[in-house]
Amino acid sequence: MKTRLLEIRQGVLSKNDQLAAQLRERFRQMGVLVVNIVSSPGSGKTALLERVLSELRAQGATVAALVGDLETDHDARRLARSGAPVRQINTHGNCHLEADMLIKHLADWNVGAVEFLFVENVGNLVCPSSYDLGEDVRVVLLSVTEGEDKPLKYPVMFHSADIAVITKVDLAQACECDLAQMRENILRVRPGMAIFETSAKTGAGIAELIAHLRQLRAEKVAEIAASGA
Amino acid sequence: MHELSIACSLVEVAAQAAQQHGATRVTRVHLKLGVLSGVDADALRFSYDVAAQGTLLEGSQLEIDVLPAVISCHQCGASCVLPTIQDFRCPACGAPSHHLLQGREIEIAHIEIEVDSVEEQATIS
Repeated sequence: MKTRLLEIRQGVLSKNDQLAAQLRERFRQMGVLVVNIVSSPGSGKTALLERVLSELRAQGATVAALVGDLETDHDARRLARSGAPVRQINTHGNCHLEADMLIKHLADWNVGAVEFLFVENVGNLVCPSSYDLGEDVRVVLLSVTEGEDKPLKYPVMFHSADIAVITKVDLAQACECDLAQMRENILRVRPGMAIFETSAKTGAGIAELIAHLRQLRAEKVAEIAASGA
Repeated sequence: MHELSIACSLVEVAAQAAQQHGATRVTRVHLKLGVLSGVDADALRFSYDVAAQGTLLEGSQLEIDVLPAVISCHQCGASCVLPTIQDFRCPACGAPSHHLLQGREIEIAHIEIEVDSVEEQATIS
């Protein structure tokens, strides 16, 4: 019997990362902008997405959504009211979405050519941060009811995101939420991040968020065209 | 809590490498864990023994090397260790900076394996 040291240097999540890279390439060929939406449970992911899907459709854009949930299909049914194709992913206890779940649910789903694919992650501000889904942008939501210091409590997730959306701003005054402080805390853990203040109820800030997403998709399409792929 | 699922992936990756090298047992696993990996070291240690059961890694030791976040400052060009992940500012010049050089790793650096001398001969020849 001999003991040996074996060098590995391999990421523990390398399997997920490889699948995410495959997805990213596929999304690139499709020219679709993929948006991964993360937040705590109850921050308003579904309400925001319902509004965004409806408004994008009203502007003539083609959209689809995949929605993760532990057990129910409630969110998928709500999102389907927008008229967009929606598919539910039940994780049965798993606290986050993984790349292979997307691959499975996209395999037999003929959504056609869409410009925007939204992925609503499981409500959780910890675990989804470790899993790449092949997305172009990660959007983290934070509602005014959660407290200004949430970005400092969950810096890993906020740091991993590309866009922050403050939700339920119509309740800011009632919750005595200091929006300036909230913004400052977001920027402390992720300098330069684009921040949008929104209300899915009143529609405040939704147009700005949509304009930003459209801009990102235009940039992606231009980049694909420029590379000749 | 996704540490159990991380532990299962860890065991899978290590067991596969060990098997390829004709190991009869894995005795030690060295893991590099970044402070921005989203994985808690204690919860991972707790899950590790459960995940290792019935595999080549059963009874092995998990050693975790926690790596701090290191940023590269676009303002002053310095590469610095961040004293806290609650404030992404360059410790050298104070400029806000989020370009990470290190901190998100969940990586197996190396493992210690036991190999049957006879089997090893066979693998080599």
